[in-house]
Amino acid sequence: METHNNNQIFNQNTTISSDMFEQVSGSATENNEKISAPSLSFMQDSWRRLKKNKAAVTSLFIILLIMLLALLAPVIAPHDIETQVTEHANLPPKVPGIEIPGLDGTAATSGDMRIDKYAQVEAGDTYYLLGTDSLGRDLLSRILFGTRISLLIAFAAAFFDLTIGVIYGLVSGWNGGRIDNVMQRILEILSGVPNLVVVILMLLVFEPGIISIIIALAITGWIPMARIVRAQTLKLKNQEFILAARTLGESSWKIAVKHMISNLSGVIIIQTMFSIPAAIFFEAFLSFIGIGIPAPLASLGTLINDGYKTFTFLPHLMWYPAGVLCVLMISFNFLADGLRDAFDPKMKD
Amino acid sequence: MKNFMRYYGKRVLYMLLTLFLIASITFFLMNLLPGTPFTNEDKLSEAQLLIMQEQYGLNDPVIVQYFRYMGGLLTGNLGVSFQFDNTPVTELLASRVGPSLQIGFQAVILGTFLGIILGVIAAMKQNSWADTLATFMAILGRSIPNFVFAVLLQLVFAVQLQWFPIALWDDGFSYSVLPTIALAIAPLADSARFIRTEMVDVLGSDYIELARAKGLSRWAVAFKHGVRNALIPLITLIGPMAVALMTGSMVVESIYAIPGIGEQFIKSIQSNDYPTIMGVTLLYSTMLVVIILIVDMLYGLIDPRIRISSKGGK
Repeated sequence: METHNNNQIFNQNTTISSDMFEQVSGSATENNEKISAPSLSFMQDSWRRLKKNKAAVTSLFIILLIMLLALLAPVIAPHDIETQVTEHANLPPKVPGIEIPGLDGTAATSGDMRIDKYAQVEAGDTYYLLGTDSLGRDLLSRILFGTRISLLIAFAAAFFDLTIGVIYGLVSGWNGGRIDNVMQRILEILSGVPNLVVVILMLLVFEPGIISIIIALAITGWIPMARIVRAQTLKLKNQEFILAARTLGESSWKIAVKHMISNLSGVIIIQTMFSIPAAIFFEAFLSFIGIGIPAPLASLGTLINDGYKTFTFLPHLMWYPAGVLCVLMISFNFLADGLRDAFDPKMKD
Repeated sequence: MKNFMRYYGKRVLYMLLTLFLIASITFFLMNLLPGTPFTNEDKLSEAQLLIMQEQYGLNDPVIVQYFRYMGGLLTGNLGVSFQFDNTPVTELLASRVGPSLQIGFQAVILGTFLGIILGVIAAMKQNSWADTLATFMAILGRSIPNFVFAVLLQLVFAVQLQWFPIALWDDGFSYSVLPTIALAIAPLADSARFIRTEMVDVLGSDYIELARAKGLSRWAVAFKHGVRNALIPLITLIGPMAVALMTGSMVVESIYAIPGIGEQFIKSIQSNDYPTIMGVTLLYSTMLVVIILIVDMLYGLIDPRIRISSKGGK
């Protein structure tokens, strides 16, 4: 209809005046461009995707809960972790008011008899929710403090992995050329060394302790991070927005901090989330083979190692710390998996 | 082909450099540590001690000892163990390679086999309960520390059900069953995960569509065309798997009292037997470096796409 009108106008060869135009208003074109969904930042978008992943969200809550308990360990631990009450050694778990065998302070003896161990040692009103170890120390308190140490080591190691790895990867990838070549050869040589061997050698040379375990884990842990960051940097540095920043005279340092890091944040977070459970495992492993945290401190690994020595007749000493360790590892792995899917649905493995 | 040779020539050079570095660093680190082989022998007099140290060359300057040690390495001489009846380390380790290798191989084969099956099922039934189960199993396998799993197996199948021997190493195959399963869990989890992603990728490609269009059934396509192509990248997992097995074998061998390299390593660490520690360190490093090199070469040979792209890049 409109075209017909237009043709008529042109046919009549009239001059076109401004009043012949009318503003096209209303729904048709204006709303075409309208974005109805709120615009989401990268982090918001990832968070929205993560929330849909039930396993990851549950894991996040479990981790936060365990972290809270570990942080509050000095406040909530029912007993002192270093006091040895030798009369109360090797007591089974006892939860007041619960009559389930295994949690009522009784232990099986030969035959089907169950003996109230607490009555035997005349413990009176004292009870230990998860029992005691061979030196009469409360297992629950030791697990709380052990989790604290395990988490401390894991987070510290992950932090160093992150700092060293990101800086190394960025410098190597950004500079390229000869510097990159030399740095990559160094990396290649270092990655040929099994990390197990490095960690064990470090612990033999330094006094075993929290600091030396963190250092040993940091020395070996940053290599994968450096590789990933370098690969991503190589991809990013030739993109237009970096070129634009350069053209506008931004310094390399500022580009690295403002543009590269923010674009790398996804891979960095994912890699860090995977290095935390790896550090927890490695610490537990070292403590289990006897070169980890020295007494009287205890990590989950040392507790498992202590419990393992008597696991046939006092199984609770091993299974409770092992259970906490497994729950922690599973939660971190699920969360890391969820984060990877959330940050980059296309990224594989 | 010339490029190919040059590339791998370079790789071998780096490999030797890595090993040289590891040997040197371990030597100097071990030299920093206090104590001599005779620290525990308190009955020796001063003079006797001097004679003994002279005999083992411990009075020479460190640099002389270093060159002697490095020279010994070239001829396969790793020195003499401080703790285990003065046996030469090479001999000590050689007698222990067998059980470690057997368990290691069994674990890799069992683990990857089950992992591939799990991974393929997960990829074929994407987002179904089977997929969820496979993912869950993979995460479980990655999360449960192998020493916890090994003890659990020992408790259930050896102590309670008594299907298998609790520990020790006899010629019988049954002694290797539990340690193999305990070690297989890591390769299983890794390969299941890996195969799943690879299969999903492969199943989406054009030639799979073509095969389907020609009338082959879904599963026939998956096995004839899919798995084969998904398997190739699995080779790259061998390196990380070897590392995991080394770590794993230390605790698993200790728990099951198997006379292997890992168990020897732990014993040496606990008794400060430096020559043996250095020997195992070098053995592990050499194995890892050689495995990584072989994997790279194999990968280039099997998948021509990699070779071409690496040539283009170099």
